[in-house]
Amino acid sequence: MDMDVIAGAVLLMGGAGILLGVVIALFARFFKTPSDARVDLVLELLPGANCGGCGKAGCADFARSVVSGENPPSRCPVSSVEQVNAIAMALGITAGTQGRKRAVVRCGGDTLQVADKVNYNGVADCVTASLVTGGPKGCRYGCLGLGSCVNVCPFGAIEIVNNLALVHRELCVGCGKCVDVCPRGVISLVNAEAEVHVYCNSPEKAPEKRKVCKVGCIGCRKCAKYAPDKFTIEGFLASVNYEAQVLPVREDLDNIKCPTGALLSAEEHHYIEKHNPAWEKSEK
Amino acid sequence: MNRLKSFKGGIHPEYDGKSLTCERASVDTPLLEKYYVLLAENAGRPPLPCVAKGDKVKKYQLIAEHDGFVSADLHAPTSGEVTGIVKISGPLGIPADAIEIAADGYDHGDAPFDILENWQSEESALLMERIRAAGIVGMGGAAFPSHVKLTVPPGKKVDTLIINGAECEPFLTADHRMMVEYPQKVVTGAAIMGKILNVSNVIIGVEENKLDAVTALTQQGSELNVKVETLRVRYPQGSEKQLIFALTERVVPSGGLPADAGCVVQNAASAAAVYDAVLLGIPLVERIVTVTGDVVKNPGNFRMKIGTPLMEGIKWAGGVTEEPGKLILGGPMMGLAQRSFNVPVTKNTSGILLLSVGQALNFSDSPCIRCGRCVGACPMKLEPCLLCSFVEGGRFDLARKGHVMDCLECGACAYVCPSHRPLVQQFRRAKSELRKKK
Amino acid sequence: MNDIQTQLNPDDVKLPTGEKLVVSSSPHVRASDSVRKIMLKVLLALIPTVAAGVWLFGFRALAVIAVTVAGCVAAEALWCWGAGKKITSVIGDCSAVVTGVILALNLPAAVPLYVPVIGAFLAIWLGKQVFGGLGYNPFNPAVTARVALLIALPAAMTLWTPPRGMDKNYPNSTVFFGATGMEKLNSGQLDAVTCATPLGLMTDTGKIAHTGNDRKKIAAAKRNFDHVNTPELLKEYFWGVRPGCIGETCIPALLLGGILLIFFKLINWRVPVCFAGTLALTAGIVNYFFPGVTPPALFHLVTGGVLLGAIFMATDMVTSPVTNWGCVIFGCGCGLITAVIRIWGNYPEGVSFAILIMNALVPLIDRFCTRRPFGCGKIQGVGR
Repeated sequence: MDMDVIAGAVLLMGGAGILLGVVIALFARFFKTPSDARVDLVLELLPGANCGGCGKAGCADFARSVVSGENPPSRCPVSSVEQVNAIAMALGITAGTQGRKRAVVRCGGDTLQVADKVNYNGVADCVTASLVTGGPKGCRYGCLGLGSCVNVCPFGAIEIVNNLALVHRELCVGCGKCVDVCPRGVISLVNAEAEVHVYCNSPEKAPEKRKVCKVGCIGCRKCAKYAPDKFTIEGFLASVNYEAQVLPVREDLDNIKCPTGALLSAEEHHYIEKHNPAWEKSEK
Repeated sequence: MNRLKSFKGGIHPEYDGKSLTCERASVDTPLLEKYYVLLAENAGRPPLPCVAKGDKVKKYQLIAEHDGFVSADLHAPTSGEVTGIVKISGPLGIPADAIEIAADGYDHGDAPFDILENWQSEESALLMERIRAAGIVGMGGAAFPSHVKLTVPPGKKVDTLIINGAECEPFLTADHRMMVEYPQKVVTGAAIMGKILNVSNVIIGVEENKLDAVTALTQQGSELNVKVETLRVRYPQGSEKQLIFALTERVVPSGGLPADAGCVVQNAASAAAVYDAVLLGIPLVERIVTVTGDVVKNPGNFRMKIGTPLMEGIKWAGGVTEEPGKLILGGPMMGLAQRSFNVPVTKNTSGILLLSVGQALNFSDSPCIRCGRCVGACPMKLEPCLLCSFVEGGRFDLARKGHVMDCLECGACAYVCPSHRPLVQQFRRAKSELRKKK
Repeated sequence: MNDIQTQLNPDDVKLPTGEKLVVSSSPHVRASDSVRKIMLKVLLALIPTVAAGVWLFGFRALAVIAVTVAGCVAAEALWCWGAGKKITSVIGDCSAVVTGVILALNLPAAVPLYVPVIGAFLAIWLGKQVFGGLGYNPFNPAVTARVALLIALPAAMTLWTPPRGMDKNYPNSTVFFGATGMEKLNSGQLDAVTCATPLGLMTDTGKIAHTGNDRKKIAAAKRNFDHVNTPELLKEYFWGVRPGCIGETCIPALLLGGILLIFFKLINWRVPVCFAGTLALTAGIVNYFFPGVTPPALFHLVTGGVLLGAIFMATDMVTSPVTNWGCVIFGCGCGLITAVIRIWGNYPEGVSFAILIMNALVPLIDRFCTRRPFGCGKIQGVGR
């Protein structure tokens, strides 16, 4: 090829590059938007999940609110204690107490447990499905298992197993998006330290519950009798007192011997759902 | 040929199933042991029960009183004892309060009002009070209390009363039988409401597939200056906005009321109930219900008391020939699928429909092929295929711009969709989502 | 008072148990049409065109159609297998067969058989499945494949052979074969011979005219146009006796297919009518003022693939607008772009390019051609 052509091309492209670079530099200089260095610093230290768990519209918004003093750094549910402290150190403010939360799906009614099944045909989304005769589950308070929460979870912490939403505790940060979206209100944010939960959400009378579900809480009060400060009973539904000084632990369950199996530790619950023999069979 | 009146868009169902029951005259039904009168029957606020467990009630006795203006009274369908206010599964699939009445077998009671011979010379206010006290609601669909509809909002002028005898829903023939068997009741009821509204233009709109009803109504109507108009068969002609357009060519503005087009629309069965209330003095405790479907042994029309469980209606119709795949309260286009046979008949239950497994529409998640049939079928001139894609993507704001709030949920779009997409359900989601935001 | 029709013995009454009850949103019944039925109806409407193509171009055309259809179905099956989709349900909708037939109708009968195989994979993979399958493709798969082939393999895609009725006894043979081709054909040395299409001749001639302002050149061009535009020739073109793609020549068969499609309510008549109408109008106007630039409108309508494109390709449901006014704009746009390419472009034919370009604009058209909902006073977009 002719040397002239090559030289011409190099000159042309190089020249154009330099010219455009100068233009960009000028724009950057004259149209610069001033930003608070501290906001950028906080934003750097935040996890950047944009989950909205702090109540703000994303991490940048939260960073501004921290700098302005509206929120303490501990409002971020995703950051670890170290990260929160780092933000507080950087700004020279107090970190605040974090009070970590986790989501728990208060329902154990998987495909095998719920007796009164409803054949549902339509949009596979809990919120939309709940508009059709109240939703496709015999129990009117249980998890619909169509996965609206899975779709909104920014951390991939929820999984649908056997038509039941299951929260992976190690992934959940407690942002609360699933709580907002669930049409049944079956998900709640609880103290992250809690090991034991009541996997039932139905306030119905015990016989009604028994008709539709094998694992619903029947309000037998065994748990409340064993540890009145750790459990509260409202009507036919027991619940863990998450405000208690001492939270119930795994060992308590052996003494309580919940007759329906609504009261379980999160690990046990997880194990039962994941290793359901019938489910494994159908998978194979 | 003179083209019959109708609206634009809509569909003509391939199989309307009306021939199953349109010749079956309505029959009385035997007294049951128990009735469950649902409290949340009408649109608006549910009435407050004014009886308690253990009370003895007579037929026609007031058992629940209206709560506020947009609410309707309830009356005992038979004499007996109130055995409690119980939670039963309601038509919406969620548990609802119902007054349980154990019948004493006598079925006696007095009409709460006097018989009125000469209604034309009475005050409008008195006629109106009787309609309200009889607990009459729109018996075709939403069960909107009739006295509310007959109260013209301030600033609006109404010059036309339309009686909806279109009964465009496939399979249902309850209104058809009502108009054929009791044309005098329908026409007189219409004239009474015309007097209350002080309008001279009273039209009964009837679709062409009910010519016997047209003949019967026309004979009765000429005396009382009630016009009968034959309409082209088209679904959803019974929708208020479409019916008003078909009969008067007036357009109800988006988000507006029929009164904005100078019209009030009442159902034909409600008109007959008005006759009963004003002339005979008896409240609404009974209605004609079509029990039908290809799997029903002897489909027919039955005069059922409010509070009759659906299963009893199916029993009276001779049971089924095969296990049904769907139980629908109302018609197949807008009716509500039920999961329980214990749901009671309410004032707006026009039919109990059982579809076979193969007949029922099975929604699929196959994609839209943009054939545009839904666009042609939509009576509100929306673009369902585009709206649906907005809703699926969570863009409720775009759906609002596309006027999803004007959707009637008539189901014409989902009926014609070759991909069998659950369009109406998506629009319901969008509407509920947008209502929440408002 | 109790006159329930038959006081049946309660044991005789079979009551439903409710075990099969399904709950779903209304409506609970549907029209009997499905995607599969729609595709089968389209195939039915394609039968006259396919039959005419085979009659005109021989069994070689049938081979091309068979290979293309097989290729499309194979491509679809392969993709579904790879993507983990359920093969039967995707193949079952028959859309791949329709794509295959339409693509084959857009190929010359003499095309080497590897070309339709490449085309089939281009159509199904590049034209459809990469976007997510049927319903999500912005461009018509068959048109995408045809354009890709035309650009990538121009020689194979323009191997025009004479149809039945264009042999050595054909009076106008020199027009299409040139002098040497005629000689070879007459001597019987060759089984087949390639030739030019009317549009190809037109484009070559048209270049003479608009390269200069010379009156002589314009007159020469007009003479050349008249050469391919005699009334007898137009009649031959109409019945399909002209070189071209398998499915584009026989106009009565295409019109019959179009009538079937409109009868089945599968296409919006506004698209083909506006397409052909705009093309004829534009060509007619240009011809009226500059007779040396392009032949008259009728010539444009009966040559090339305009009717095949307007009836079967532009009307593809997935890639055309959903509203009536949208269809009008879409059709007119296709016609205009086709006319511009034919009259001033380098390619003799512009139907496929026009359809692709307008396909790209469909989302925009849909956005601006929203209908005014019932009861809404404000006029939105250009829709009424």
